[in-house]
Amino acid sequence: MPLPAYLILAALVFAIGLFGVLTRRNAVGILLGIELMLNAVNINLVAFARFRADIGGLIFTMLTIAITVAEVAVGLAIVIAIFRVRRTIEADHLDLLRG
Amino acid sequence: MRIGSPALGLLVLALPAASFLLIGVIPALRRAGRVAAVVSVAAMGGALAAAVVMWQGARPILEGPPRNPSATWSWIPGDGGPMATVGVMVDELAMPMCVLVTFISFLVQVYSYAYLHDEPPPSLGRYYAYQSLFAFSMLGLVLAPGFLQMFVFWELVGVCSYLLIGFWYNKPSAARAAVKAFWITKLGDLGFVAGIVMLWAATGTFDFWTLFGLADTGVLAAIPGLSMIMFLIYLGAVGKSAQFPLHVWLPDAMEGPTPVSALIHAATMVTAGVYMVARAFPLFALTPDVLSVIAWVGAFTALLAATMACVESDIKRVLAYSTVSQLGYMMAAAGAGDHHASVGHLLTHGVFKALLFLGAGVIIHVFHTNDMFRMGGLFARLPWTGVAFLVGTLALAGIPPFPGFFSKEGILAAVLNGGFRVAFVMLALTSLLTAFYMFRAVFLVFFGRAHGHAEAHGVPLAMDGVCRLLAGVTVVHGVVLTFGGHHGEAPAWLPWASMLLAGTGIALAWATYQREAIAPSRLSAALAPIDYLARRRYGLDGVYAGLYRIVLLGVSRAIGWVDRYLVDGVLNVLSASALRAGDGLRHLQTGQAQDYVYGVAVGVLLLLVWAHLTAP
Repeated sequence: MPLPAYLILAALVFAIGLFGVLTRRNAVGILLGIELMLNAVNINLVAFARFRADIGGLIFTMLTIAITVAEVAVGLAIVIAIFRVRRTIEADHLDLLRG
Repeated sequence: MRIGSPALGLLVLALPAASFLLIGVIPALRRAGRVAAVVSVAAMGGALAAAVVMWQGARPILEGPPRNPSATWSWIPGDGGPMATVGVMVDELAMPMCVLVTFISFLVQVYSYAYLHDEPPPSLGRYYAYQSLFAFSMLGLVLAPGFLQMFVFWELVGVCSYLLIGFWYNKPSAARAAVKAFWITKLGDLGFVAGIVMLWAATGTFDFWTLFGLADTGVLAAIPGLSMIMFLIYLGAVGKSAQFPLHVWLPDAMEGPTPVSALIHAATMVTAGVYMVARAFPLFALTPDVLSVIAWVGAFTALLAATMACVESDIKRVLAYSTVSQLGYMMAAAGAGDHHASVGHLLTHGVFKALLFLGAGVIIHVFHTNDMFRMGGLFARLPWTGVAFLVGTLALAGIPPFPGFFSKEGILAAVLNGGFRVAFVMLALTSLLTAFYMFRAVFLVFFGRAHGHAEAHGVPLAMDGVCRLLAGVTVVHGVVLTFGGHHGEAPAWLPWASMLLAGTGIALAWATYQREAIAPSRLSAALAPIDYLARRRYGLDGVYAGLYRIVLLGVSRAIGWVDRYLVDGVLNVLSASALRAGDGLRHLQTGQAQDYVYGVAVGVLLLLVWAHLTAP
């Protein structure tokens, strides 16, 4: 398959992830959207590494996966902490910073 | 011509200055009141000794060209010589004046020690700090070798006068009188400062000696508008020496402690204007029109103040109006062209008026009131004070052999010789009134029925002693003048006329207030219009109050309106709209993370579109 196919797939996944982040009411859903966006980036990196024969892309991918794992761990911890206090993880209700 | 030692002149200046600095800078000294008093009195005694030595040790200069009697140092440097100088000018005019100022200051400070014995120590320390500052300023004024230094000290004595009138600043009337004195003299000072700056612009110097030289060579007479300049300078003297129409502050200044009235508002500061005219006389001599204004205003002031003194019942105010009247005399003589007569009267008047005020201080101390109609019969209880006060009164009324007779005669002769016949008649009439109102006071206070209850015991020795000393000096001075003084070129009838007028005044006062042969009410009914006006002070206080209310308050209100509604208004609108805008923009912050991400995503998209469109 040619490179544009991979890029289109990555763009689609990124768009789906962004859509999820913007529209999901549930905080866990938002986290999942962020995961999709990060993985779209991974697809891009891997595709370019494959087509340009550049090992750097693969290394960055490993790095991104590691960061993603950490991010999920922290993100879920925050969600649980919020849930303990507010008894909800609906994003609409979490507006303490409203002006 | 005699010239004194400049070093001694500086010493005379330095002693009170040092005393002021010591009391002013060391709070412990000031709070210790009595110690501050001792420091100040000691410094003043030293200054008196230095002034006397300076005067007596002055070298006579008999031959050769006139020498500059001033020692100056450069103050404001400029291209081609200093722009202004400071220093001391010790000539025949300054030296006796220095002796008078230090002498009266010294005695008044001694007297105050007893007079203010009830004051708390910090307040007493403050009083002596002011007194020292005043002595320094007045001496600086007297010794000034140029207009600029004179002006600086001129303002300093004004400040001291303000501080000392308002010494009891808790008393509203005293605080008001202090502000009034300050403002009214400032009106005259505006003219003074404008005049000396214009004179400087025309000649390039402030120094008296240089200016006298220019006057001699006729350079000064060629300056256009010299009359205007000299008139403006004279305005300063109008304010300071309480000439009509700026005399209204002096009677109110009596709110201050009595020794202050004696020193500042009778003997020294108020004569600064007369002194200035005498000091700058070679310049005034070039402008006969200004001189005649000085003479007429002086004579008018003398008469006007004398009529007001006749209806006053407050003993200090009687003396204050009498001071205004005598200042008018001095100015009239200067205006008539004889500044020697004017300064002669200044010096004699300084001594006996201080004596009268300090005597009035004793009287007030005894009766606890200023109202003469609630006093009486004091002579039997305090004969020596009575004699001292009587000596001052006779001197003021112009009875020989007291010094006031000679100096007043000199003034009358000067005015007559100057050709001011109407002014002479006004001054002669004033002479009668002077004798009348002063003896009215004497008969009301010392003789007649004892109206008030007096505490004759407990007049402190310092107060009584100072009065007796001044009375002694007055008598001795009078005797010296009788046998040794030169009496000018007065017509032979003048002394007799002068004595006759004074005698008539005394007889009238005796008939009215002692024998009660003439009821005072009949006297005032006979002179109803003058009596009516004089009791209302010729409405001048009202005029000033009206001017103050209409002009000053009106302008202040207008400016206040502009400030409140225009200047503040613009700022208020600006700040209110900033608040409202902030209030509107506040709603952009929803606090929901998704809205922010939405913003970021749209922003990135827009950036991408922009990057795409602008790509080469």
